[in-house]
Amino acid sequence: MGITVEGASKRFGDFQALNDVSIEVPNGSLTALLGPSGSGKSTLLRAIAGLESLDGGRVLIDGEDVSAKPVQKREVGFVFQHYAAFKHMTVFENVGFGLKIRKWDKAKVADRVHELLQLVQLNGLADRYPSQLSGGQRQRMALARALAVEPQVLLLDEPFGALDAKVRKDLRTWLRHLHEEMHVTTIFVTHDQEEAMDVAGQLVVMNEGRVEQSGTADELYENPANEFVMSFVGEVNRLGEDYVRPHDMEVVLEADERTQEGMVQRIVALGFEIRVEFVLADGAEIWAQLTRLELQRLELREGQIAYLRPIQTKSFNGSSPSSDHGASTPPVAL
Amino acid sequence: MRSASSSRSRWGLRTLGLGYLALLLLAPLVLLFYKTFEHGLAPPLDAITSPDGLHALKLSLLMVAIAVPLNTIFGVGCALLLVRHRWKGNAVIDSVINLPFAISPVVIGLSLFLLYGTKGWLGPDLAEAGIEILFSVPGMVLASIFVSVPFVVRETVPVLQEIGTEQEQAATTLGANAWQTFWRITLPSIRWGVAYGVVLTTARVLGEFGAVSIVSGSRSGETETLPLFVQKAFDNFEPAGAYGASVLLALLALSTLLAMNVLKRKEDA
Repeated sequence: MGITVEGASKRFGDFQALNDVSIEVPNGSLTALLGPSGSGKSTLLRAIAGLESLDGGRVLIDGEDVSAKPVQKREVGFVFQHYAAFKHMTVFENVGFGLKIRKWDKAKVADRVHELLQLVQLNGLADRYPSQLSGGQRQRMALARALAVEPQVLLLDEPFGALDAKVRKDLRTWLRHLHEEMHVTTIFVTHDQEEAMDVAGQLVVMNEGRVEQSGTADELYENPANEFVMSFVGEVNRLGEDYVRPHDMEVVLEADERTQEGMVQRIVALGFEIRVEFVLADGAEIWAQLTRLELQRLELREGQIAYLRPIQTKSFNGSSPSSDHGASTPPVAL
Repeated sequence: MRSASSSRSRWGLRTLGLGYLALLLLAPLVLLFYKTFEHGLAPPLDAITSPDGLHALKLSLLMVAIAVPLNTIFGVGCALLLVRHRWKGNAVIDSVINLPFAISPVVIGLSLFLLYGTKGWLGPDLAEAGIEILFSVPGMVLASIFVSVPFVVRETVPVLQEIGTEQEQAATTLGANAWQTFWRITLPSIRWGVAYGVVLTTARVLGEFGAVSIVSGSRSGETETLPLFVQKAFDNFEPAGAYGASVLLALLALSTLLAMNVLKRKEDA
């Protein structure tokens, strides 16, 4: 069931949460809405679910305009950041809630709930209360609850935001596998670009209530439409009008016509990756990402002078001659 | 030295707190129980089981049976309105709800008197229609409802705020309509706040004297609740009746609180 949003607008008082937003999510895809807080990504997700009404624009699910449909009738599965577990119900009752509302008979509910608990690896915990579960378990329960009613689309609002780093990583791998098995059209909201790129096939980058760019992780990384996208989907240095990724900075010990002089200010070892921070002659601070091997070969020390050669730069005003890729690349439609 | 002095001050505070409670709350109650059963069980029991005593008990329970359910339904609805539907009128409702806390019950009784009396705003019209409010049970029910309005609202509002709206939203995404969401999600989540409000409302209605005294006319065997019965027995130098009914009131209130505690413990287990 594909999802289309056309010209969605929403104001909260003086705050323009959504400003003429249009997106296209193909049937069966796993799409991430990526953006900083306040970018409108959660509002957009809630508008698709029907939890938020739009001031303008419309939402189509499977080609049908559902803008006037109440949330109960939209057949969406929604997973909240803080789980929204029904605290007075057991895991079994939580997962079976939607089925009970649909007046399924008891035996069928039990079968379906156990099947889902198996799927989310919570079998054996059916009689526990949410307060007796870990954060990761609660979120898997919430996911099973949302999937129980066989929704047309699955919407996840920062589903891993409240979990610690390790559980987060496990769960996102697990979500990707789950999506491969179930093929239900899924949209999930995150402010973590690594998470978005890891899980989703398609990304929609949002900022200040607008869509900045849509595309695959590669497209966004290689051909960002603007400065915002470039800096949001990865690390970036600014060299005058140009932008350059730290791994596209070559460090050499001899100057030529394409290098800039810089002093090594700090060397930070982050495991395999080494972060070398420089101060340029004009006072600008930039950093280069090197491997351990490269660092050893260069024998860099803090306080030393070295030369930086950008391998690939980008400029977004279109007039800079040094840009290899223009900013004119149109946003890639999903 | 620091910890010694802080432990000493902690004990000091404890003694002060307990002493205050013992002197002001417990001592009078203990004395009341002692006085009541000073000459055995028979005198207070006879006084309570007299026709007037039994009628007063029945009438008090009737007040509870009418006022408590009405104020519970109204209180939960009002709390939902205050917490879940923000609009400008909320500030007004919020202050009006507190009026019974602020106004003396006697004044409440008097204002009902002015409204429903023979020269009041509504009194004459109602009398013409054959409806008697003052000096009869309906007036007493109105007074009981008036004085006990705030409790369920005040106990429910903070619980509603605390549970937030996510669970309710989750229920609606799973297909639950507003009614199903209320019964299956909201109400079970706030039930302890509501229950506590119900206990306080019950205690307040049982004990209400001032407002009911004014609108009832206090006719023995007709419009006399237990507190009014106590007052009359006291005025007529009938200690057995006064103490007996007082103890009965105290026991009713205590058993309400006890029931609440037992239920709560069951829930926590």
